[in-house]
Amino acid sequence: MATSAAQRFGRRLASSVPRRRFSSSAAAAAAAATGGSAVQRTQNPSLNLCSAINQALHIALDTDPRSYVFGEDVSFGGVFRCTVGLADRFGKGRVFNTPLCEQGIVGFGIGLAAMGNRAVAEIQFADYIFPAFDQIVNEAAKFRYRSGNQFNCGGLTIRAPYGAVGHGGHYHSQSPEAFFCHVPGIKVVIPRSPSQAKGLLLSCIRDPNPIVFFEPKWLYRLAVEEVPEHDYTLPLSEAEVIREGTDITMVGWGAQLSVMEEACLDAENDGISCELIDLKTLLPWDKETVEASVRKTGRLLISHEAPVTGGFGAEISASIVERCFLRLQAPVARICGLDTPFPLVFEPFYLPTKNKILDAIKSTVNY
Amino acid sequence: MALSRAASSPSRAALLKPLAAAISSSLFRRSISTDTTPITVETSVPFTAHRCEAPSRTVETTAEELVGFFRTMALMRRAEIAADSLYKAKLIRGFCHLYDGQEAVAIGMEAAITKKDCIITAYRDHCIYLGRGGTLLDVFAELMGRQAGCSKGKGGSMHFYKKDAGFYGGHGIVGAQIPLGIGLAFAQKYKKDESVSFALYGDGAANQGQLFEALNMAALWDLPAILVCENNHYGMGTAEWRAAKSPAYYKRGDYVPGLKVDGMDALAVKQACKFAKEHALKNGPIILEMDTYRYHGHSMSDPGSTYRTRDEISGVRQERDPIERIRKLVLSLDLATEKELKDIEKEVRKEVDDAIAQAKESPMPDPSELFTNVYVKGYGVESFGADRKEVRAVLP
Repeated sequence: MATSAAQRFGRRLASSVPRRRFSSSAAAAAAAATGGSAVQRTQNPSLNLCSAINQALHIALDTDPRSYVFGEDVSFGGVFRCTVGLADRFGKGRVFNTPLCEQGIVGFGIGLAAMGNRAVAEIQFADYIFPAFDQIVNEAAKFRYRSGNQFNCGGLTIRAPYGAVGHGGHYHSQSPEAFFCHVPGIKVVIPRSPSQAKGLLLSCIRDPNPIVFFEPKWLYRLAVEEVPEHDYTLPLSEAEVIREGTDITMVGWGAQLSVMEEACLDAENDGISCELIDLKTLLPWDKETVEASVRKTGRLLISHEAPVTGGFGAEISASIVERCFLRLQAPVARICGLDTPFPLVFEPFYLPTKNKILDAIKSTVNY
Repeated sequence: MALSRAASSPSRAALLKPLAAAISSSLFRRSISTDTTPITVETSVPFTAHRCEAPSRTVETTAEELVGFFRTMALMRRAEIAADSLYKAKLIRGFCHLYDGQEAVAIGMEAAITKKDCIITAYRDHCIYLGRGGTLLDVFAELMGRQAGCSKGKGGSMHFYKKDAGFYGGHGIVGAQIPLGIGLAFAQKYKKDESVSFALYGDGAANQGQLFEALNMAALWDLPAILVCENNHYGMGTAEWRAAKSPAYYKRGDYVPGLKVDGMDALAVKQACKFAKEHALKNGPIILEMDTYRYHGHSMSDPGSTYRTRDEISGVRQERDPIERIRKLVLSLDLATEKELKDIEKEVRKEVDDAIAQAKESPMPDPSELFTNVYVKGYGVESFGADRKEVRAVLP
């Protein structure tokens, strides 16, 4: 189990202390699996998600002289240290701080990208992205369409850390992905682990469409795994079955997958075989992979941190019911955040925790 | 050329007048001056400067340029009037914002810059597009949503673009184009190609927060950005004094220098834009407030007379009209006769009618265009129509 978990998220520690403490050194994980020779066996260093992002940004700037990284405090390394060292290496002309004005930052990025550059804008927290909502929805997403393909801002990638961290409170914990999934013309991508983050971020930066890339900030330091040092990309709009099963399909993305994985392991002890899918790209999303899985299992559970009403789970649910109505053996289950503002002290109640998911797995399978 | 001369030689002008009349009535229909000898003209009013030294009121021009101004502005005016009729005939659908009255801004700006310089504007974009070298056919086909339009019929009135001429287009959200213009300027500065970006916005957009975000970034990084506030005195239906605590828009950049310009005087606009370009390349951003006026309402649903008097509009037409100003100048300098200018207007009218007829011939975009240009092809995109089973296009 340890090996396969390591391949998925980085390793989960056997100790059960805090929630989501699922990663440590992937080398150690491999060592555990192979009897201690792993450190010699592999040359890929173990990185946390933050360093993987940093490495991807280094490669992006290094491989394309027309790429830029900017945002609030990025030249000092950013609040999460994801951009450390970039300004020193590539200069203040390509890696720079912006004022604290998200609408202006994204608008600026669209203009820069419209001139044929790759603009990687950082919004410090996904919670701060809303002032830029107009720029993303009305300017970025439609630029190619309304100009009859004369102009686009395909070089624009907006990075924003999202999600709970245990103590973030109302304005540093939200998961706003569903708002952006309603906008044809942009892509929405969320990675689940360090090596995924590196490959997907490089794909996003090089994809000729504007992309919103949400980074699970809880995993910045927590998720550690072997990350290939070379330049590689991972396909967008392709979901991945990260755990095969026969009784129920579970769909999630980003940090929530590790919670779902724990629920899968517990369900397995009760004899329930769960198939877990990482959607990776939420827009445009890979319906085929999810559909194929639900046709096999006959049951679907979706889990995300964002509030349940109007969340992206609703879209998945509706699409799958349209496609697999007669194959479904139980109602689609959505285990998501509650319909409240993201709470401070009530965070453990708000979140779709392992036990909530486990209960839903059981009641769906026994429906 | 017989009719061309410097303004400083009135005696010669008088002497040659009979000859001019003779030529125009003879086989040589085109007797209008195309001389390129410099003529100097004073601007209507002095510039008002904020944190910079105002440029001189004396503008250098040529006979060729003045007659060209007249012709292009007459063409723009005619095109907008025609768009008005087409809209009322329901041949243009959606939104439509007309530029008549403000032509001098488009024309004067163009005279001072090159196509390497970028222009980005809001939705009142038809004439800016024409100024950048767009054709009437492009315009009318786009307005009527036809394939021959500059955005293949997919943009409509608010979304004209011309990539080869550095026109970054018409944008639909008030003020949202300004930070984009700052991004363009950054790219230009990085490339060190000595070009600048003009970001146009109205007095309505001047109250948008993102203007100040954009201004701050432009000033902070010394970007070659020129923020042009086309002050037509009404943000939709609200007079500037009802909406702005300080309607001195050229001063509202505070730390950013500004210049107030008579936006009804093409030569003043030209002078200001030339000055601004030099300033921006050397010192960073500058605001140009163009004092101008739109004769039409804000959009086609606004008759334009509920929040201002008809006297006000006709007063501006009589005293400040940008085309009439150039007409008077051309006549007083004797660069063409009244009849010749009338002929130009007739020609222009015919050009517009021909373009409309041609545009009507252009087919509507193929239905499959609904799905194109949402994402780049080849990236696994799928789009659906209303009936998800019947209308479905999977892009290769």
